[in-house]
Amino acid sequence: MGVRHSLIIGLLALIGATLAWVYWDALIGHAGTRLAGLALERVPESGVSNPVTAVLLNFRAYDTLLELAVLLAAILGIWSSGPEARGFLPAGPVLGALTSWVVPLLILAAGYLLWVGGHAPGGAFQAGALLGAAGVVLRLSGEPSAGLPPLPWLRVGIGLGVLIFTLTGLALMALGQGFLTYPAASAKWLILMIETAATLSIGATLAAAYLAGEPVPARSTTQQPGGTRP
Amino acid sequence: MYGLGGILLFLLGVWSFLVHDGLLRKLIAINVTGAGVFHVFIAVAYRGLDAAPDPVPHALVLTGIVVAVSATALALTLGQRLERPDD
Repeated sequence: MGVRHSLIIGLLALIGATLAWVYWDALIGHAGTRLAGLALERVPESGVSNPVTAVLLNFRAYDTLLELAVLLAAILGIWSSGPEARGFLPAGPVLGALTSWVVPLLILAAGYLLWVGGHAPGGAFQAGALLGAAGVVLRLSGEPSAGLPPLPWLRVGIGLGVLIFTLTGLALMALGQGFLTYPAASAKWLILMIETAATLSIGATLAAAYLAGEPVPARSTTQQPGGTRP
Repeated sequence: MYGLGGILLFLLGVWSFLVHDGLLRKLIAINVTGAGVFHVFIAVAYRGLDAAPDPVPHALVLTGIVVAVSATALALTLGQRLERPDD
């Protein structure tokens, strides 16, 4: 056992030294061409002024589309592994009151982050994470549906991001642009539309992933507003 | 410094993944490894105090975090299914 461990430590130290050397070399060595200049230079054409959002939703839109597809694949895998886990008991009055404060605030903050993503740090993923967190809070405080809509609507919500994204790309292709090459005039609104759909989709997916299985349709009678609905 | 910290996290994650038993610990180890990689990316994006950071690695890290979270959720569900006694 001791020999094996020291062997692993030795190997890891070697790998670490190599990585550190490569990192150092890349940092100090020669200033090759980097994408930063190119990306920052073209941000004004992208329809948003936050460079990270511009890269995510415009220059590297394929990445983001496929990332939404990864989320979709993950939730499909989770659903196919069986029914959801059992929920918790309803919360006591203190936690219940706190939840009824926190969840609307989370939804409001998600909307703010979605809008502010155009010109400052923020965007669809942060907003979607907040929506997902709202769902998790609801679920932890005993709301069995985690604020999610009934299953047919939930399916639509989860697919919405990929759907809108792909449809936008195809529509732009039909108009003679490239796939997901936004015309500069309408880029802002297209990006905002895609981000809104992506936010709803990400929020629904994260909250649904927290259920750890496919929702049981029979118990969707106590539907309450909130959670991942706008 | 931040990048070297990232490399250290990466190594700790790999170590933990190789040495420790138990699915949950291995999963946490993989996440630590991923966090190390994100650290390195963010460190690479730094371009001096007076210049804006490189947005491309930032976007990549954002994508990576979401993928990591969804993969973790899937792995946790699969692990839970493995533990279930009835099938």
